Amino acid sequence: MSPRALTWHRVILWTALILFAIWFLTPLYVMIVTSLKDMDQIRGGSLLSLPSAPTFASWGKAWDQACTGTDCGGLKPFFLNSVAMVVPAVAISTTIGCVNGYVLSKWRFRGSEVMFAMLLFGVFMPMQVVLLPMSQILGYFGIASSIVGLIVMHVVAGIPSTTLFFRNYYVGLPDELIKAAMLDGAGFWRILWRVVLPLSTPILVVTLIWQFTNIWNDFLYGVVFSGADSKPITVGLNNLANTTSSVKEYNVDMAAALIAALPTLFVYVVAGKYFVRGLTAGAVKG
Amino acid sequence: MSRPKVPSASWLPKLVVAPSFLLSFFFIYGLIAWNGYLSLSASHMLPNYDYVGFSNYVDLFDNDRFHVALKNMLIFGVLFIGGAMALGLLLAILLDQKIRAEGVLRTVYLYPMAISFIVTGTAWKWILNPGLGIEHLVQSWGFPNFQFDWLVDDQHAIYCVVIAGIWQASGFVMALFLAGLRGIDESIIKAAQIDGASLPRIYWRIVVPSLRPVFFSTLMVVSHLSIKSFDLVIALTSGGPGYSTDLPATFMYAMSFSRGQVAMGAASATIMLCMVAAIVVPYLYSELRTKK
Amino acid sequence: MGALTIANVRKTFGNVEILKGIDIDVQAGEFLILVGPSGCGKSTLLNMIAGLDAPSAGTISIGDRDVTWLPPKDRDIAMVFQSYALYPNMNVAQNIAFGLEMRKVPKDKRDEAVQRVAKMLQIVPLLDRKPGQLSGGQRQRVAMGRALARDPKLFLFDEPLSNLDAKLRVEMRAEIKLLHQRTKTTTVYVTHDQVEAMTLGDRIAVMKEGVVQQFGTPEDIYARPATRFVAEFIGSPAMNMIPAVRSGGGATANGIDLPLTTAQRESLQSSKAGKLTYGLRPEAAQFAADGVPGTLRFTEPTGPETYATVETAVGNLTLRVPGYMSSKVGDAVHVKWAAEATHLFDGDTDKRIG
Repeated sequence: MSPRALTWHRVILWTALILFAIWFLTPLYVMIVTSLKDMDQIRGGSLLSLPSAPTFASWGKAWDQACTGTDCGGLKPFFLNSVAMVVPAVAISTTIGCVNGYVLSKWRFRGSEVMFAMLLFGVFMPMQVVLLPMSQILGYFGIASSIVGLIVMHVVAGIPSTTLFFRNYYVGLPDELIKAAMLDGAGFWRILWRVVLPLSTPILVVTLIWQFTNIWNDFLYGVVFSGADSKPITVGLNNLANTTSSVKEYNVDMAAALIAALPTLFVYVVAGKYFVRGLTAGAVKG
Repeated sequence: MSRPKVPSASWLPKLVVAPSFLLSFFFIYGLIAWNGYLSLSASHMLPNYDYVGFSNYVDLFDNDRFHVALKNMLIFGVLFIGGAMALGLLLAILLDQKIRAEGVLRTVYLYPMAISFIVTGTAWKWILNPGLGIEHLVQSWGFPNFQFDWLVDDQHAIYCVVIAGIWQASGFVMALFLAGLRGIDESIIKAAQIDGASLPRIYWRIVVPSLRPVFFSTLMVVSHLSIKSFDLVIALTSGGPGYSTDLPATFMYAMSFSRGQVAMGAASATIMLCMVAAIVVPYLYSELRTKK
Repeated sequence: MGALTIANVRKTFGNVEILKGIDIDVQAGEFLILVGPSGCGKSTLLNMIAGLDAPSAGTISIGDRDVTWLPPKDRDIAMVFQSYALYPNMNVAQNIAFGLEMRKVPKDKRDEAVQRVAKMLQIVPLLDRKPGQLSGGQRQRVAMGRALARDPKLFLFDEPLSNLDAKLRVEMRAEIKLLHQRTKTTTVYVTHDQVEAMTLGDRIAVMKEGVVQQFGTPEDIYARPATRFVAEFIGSPAMNMIPAVRSGGGATANGIDLPLTTAQRESLQSSKAGKLTYGLRPEAAQFAADGVPGTLRFTEPTGPETYATVETAVGNLTLRVPGYMSSKVGDAVHVKWAAEATHLFDGDTDKRIG
């Protein structure tokens, strides 16, 4: 097919692509633009209009003055809670997934495939079904409304996914590599440390990004299992945006939403292709 | 010779995975059973382990609010899944056309999946704001009679959730379909081109049918996403106006944690589990069987 | 006791019996070949010698140690895999030294071993490179180096030449043979290629469906195959197999008398065989002025010789003729051979009669 014959095809193609791009980007644009206006500009202008006098005032307010229910300390405490929750949860769940995946792919034993299949259900089940019992258990251990409780929740809920990622990846490593290492005299842990882990960088990055994004963005556990001092940023944002105070400050709401979104957006922009690999690895088991 | 010991290190792997597997199995299956028992109990504000049989389920299906939630699940499910799948497939096909800016465009289409549903809900809540959002915008373009107050209209609010959901998820569907398209053997396409088939024809008759496996796995993931939808509704409408945008997930939360109806909440959770299992279990089963 | 003794080893996977009782005794310094078609169990047997798998019954001994249940690292063996299995994240020197490192050999001794082995295999300039930067033949050598560095009691090779192109295969075959002559380490070598088997082995075990059909030197196996399968498997082009029947004290095919030696006639007397199979290697038959008449059907000239297929009353016969042929396709020819060069098999049991 000659390129010239396709020219009008290409024009339609590009038009469609660009229109869709605009549709996807508009909410982001609106959020940014709104957050830079003051309330007069918002009322005076329209959704898409640029700020006549851009200001970061609402960002500052969102960070440490906005009201989220009875407290008016902004999103900062929630942001810190999220950080304290995400870092250990991601690290622990990834480590467990790595070792599990290693065993399930290279040290199979009778029943290990069945166990894996049963574990897989945990990737898909609706978490609503564990909320009530889990709150009983966490309460029993005294960690019901704390960051530790959230970490435990995220780790246990994350094990099926991280195991899936590592196991599927390690299945692609040649078995003969492990056999050669066994003949060379390396044992279970040595093989993991010296042979398998050095080859794991791609899946490690995928899993870390996937876990970070999911745990940072989670709301359900955050709202069910946190106490006054341990609410993560998603809960803080929701409280902030839904407070029934008389004056709605949309610019602060937008600034707060952007603050909540920045970490994962940043990771996405920097390491986007790993993010995609994570999505396709998780959903399209290959 | 006595029964020999199996070659060394065969107990170590089992030992290593045992704790996390036991934990996970208890977490998944143990808690499902516990929740199931709660749904058959007399719990209200706090768990009460007296057995009351299926009366909670009867109450559940008699409950007006749950009817609304189920109806919304159907509307939202069909529209969200259908819309996200169609748009995602379209985007994937468009991007498969050897576009120079493919990387950039892919980043743009997919970034919504990186942000929380709460952020999405908050942003779209503002965009769909009756007085100051789209309605105002279109009016300012010279259509003074334009009305778009779906967000606060209890008959139409659910469609706002659909729109925001499709916006968030179609990039993800696109990524999956694109990976599937890329996996198609080039030589089949070339053979069809030599045979004289036009590009749309090739897509329709060859490419789309060979996407069937990807299609089903994507369908499964998106369906499962829709059943779990909780964050988006809370942020966008808080389930309102009233409870007109309730979904089973928000219903469950409300019953369990704000209205002191733990047994009802547990029952609704079990219903959600059945809905998900009905889709996921056959899919997983067929996947694992073909793998053998 | 030999360097390696496999005694009545059996292996069952679920309902399938992969190995049905293997008995092989390998002398010190010997090069043993396990050869057979895919699925015959040779790789399974090798894995058990290596300790990567365990037999369902039977024992394996290295020297006079029963190693049947010992893990690989305690058996003092080294293995070269079909895919070489070099560690991608380590360079060549580290790959070679890895086994020594695991055994806590001090660094200076390790470096010594690496240098020694690298010189022997002529890979000294490659020591700093990673496996990804090497060619197929180079990776092969590094894999062998890794095995050599440990100076083990037993070398195992699992179809190491299968991934190489034809020319490289011939070169590496010679290198492996030279290496064995130098190091004199007992070796077990698995292959499906009968040329490798014949050129490399001191003794060959021909396996089919979990059973050793014949165990002997290459000459034995070539000159006196114990079963029809061995006869057809070893030697290329394959032996001509003519279905025959008893007739008087001898054998005929389609009415034509088949030449037999006295010894063969005697064996035929005492055998209970009903149907017969008469084997004739392609190089044993010649074109002559008299003999079995036939028509030349097609020829395959290879350079040094030509394989000619002739349609005769006893069936299609393939002959090996030195050089090029003057006859053309369609010509009428006569094929002749001596009784001493033939092999007689029982048509039902496929076992050798004479």
